[in-house]
Amino acid sequence: MNAGTEVVVARTGVANLAAVVAALRRAGARPVLSDRAGDVRDAGAVVLPGVGSFAAGMRALVDTGLDLALRDRVRDGRPTLAICLGMQLLGLASAESPGVEGVGAVDARYARFAGEIRVPQIGWNAVVAPPEARILANGDAYFANSFRLDRAPDGWTAAWSGHGGSFVAALERGAVVACQFHPELSGAFGAGIVERWIAAARREVCAC
Amino acid sequence: MLKKRVIPCLDVRDGRVVKGVRFQSLRDAGDPAERAALYAEQGADEIVVLDVSATLEQRGARLATVASVRERLPIPLTVGGGIRDEEGARALLEAGADKVALNSAAVVDPGLVERLSGRFGAQAVVVAIDAARVGSGWRVVVRSGTTATEIDAIAWAVEAARRGAGEILLTAWDRDGTRSGYELELIGAVARAVRVPVIASGGAASARHMVEALRAGADAVLAASIFHDGETTVADVQRVLASEGLEVRT
Repeated sequence: MNAGTEVVVARTGVANLAAVVAALRRAGARPVLSDRAGDVRDAGAVVLPGVGSFAAGMRALVDTGLDLALRDRVRDGRPTLAICLGMQLLGLASAESPGVEGVGAVDARYARFAGEIRVPQIGWNAVVAPPEARILANGDAYFANSFRLDRAPDGWTAAWSGHGGSFVAALERGAVVACQFHPELSGAFGAGIVERWIAAARREVCAC
Repeated sequence: MLKKRVIPCLDVRDGRVVKGVRFQSLRDAGDPAERAALYAEQGADEIVVLDVSATLEQRGARLATVASVRERLPIPLTVGGGIRDEEGARALLEAGADKVALNSAAVVDPGLVERLSGRFGAQAVVVAIDAARVGSGWRVVVRSGTTATEIDAIAWAVEAARRGAGEILLTAWDRDGTRSGYELELIGAVARAVRVPVIASGGAASARHMVEALRAGADAVLAASIFHDGETTVADVQRVLASEGLEVRT
């Protein structure tokens, strides 16, 4: 049912995109890479992947104008899937790069994991989603992060995980999903999230 | 709480999975993409591909192998073998690796760890340390075990993490292929010395050995031949770990 759905994958220059592209293909979608603000603004569905540092990620978004395109999309509730650093970039700021402003579409500030735990958090951790979640679900997901959000912003449905205390594993609002974990690397659990997100994106597009 | 990871390792030469690499008696163990997909279906938490034939002229073939594994693999993929510089790492990440494993090159040029971590993030940089017991401690060996160094393995692990390694892949060189179990003392010493995750490698012949390594402080266990030979499956190992009270992915 997701066959052929075009998904624009934002090319930020700091992320390796092969895993995201492969996961979208396995879900039946047609991934198209772009770093053009117009494409990201107008696309029916957009994935914002991201690895690397907050500052480098924001620099890439600002240089290409993707920051404003993404902010508008997320504020308007248009189908968007942000992954790992991509989730953090949608927020206001991160302790990883003090003084660097995020996209600002989500009321979120990220802090470093604290306590006697392994940092970075690299590996599989349990995600618990509330019953009202439509795209997120309960399961084990693959994380690779040193910074995390410990408070759910208003207006979002949050799924939670724990690493030296609770942190937000993912956020969902309509067809906008932001995952701290990597759905593209999270086996069948992650594939389910990608498939449900694409299905939600198709419904949004058809409703226009 | 993070789950304990079970990581099958594929030693690849000329685009094929090989066994017995370190004993120079190579046996073919199949197509890397098929093997990786099989282990993923069994519940593997991650796949490591070590391309032991990674010479300059074979780099193109190696990238094709990584791309074919990536296409089918819905779990993390680490690739190591012969990575000497940022360009080599970038090409592998672009082809579909999620992480690169540095070994000898990081020992020769520790700044490479910082440069890769700064550019691609610590989560993409694994420093592989081959350690051999010398007296009461462990020294780093390089170039596939052929060259001993005076470098203390635990001090090198600490330095690698400080320079930006996201994980340490720790191989007890004198155990590798012996099937006598992991070097538990070494695992414990490194796991206490660094904050980043430690993957134990070298010597596994059974799920029991994996339980020991995880109890000694490892965050993940890596093995090759016991999976390739079909003696056990990843799912079997995870069942044993769970029955011992270790948290594994479900």
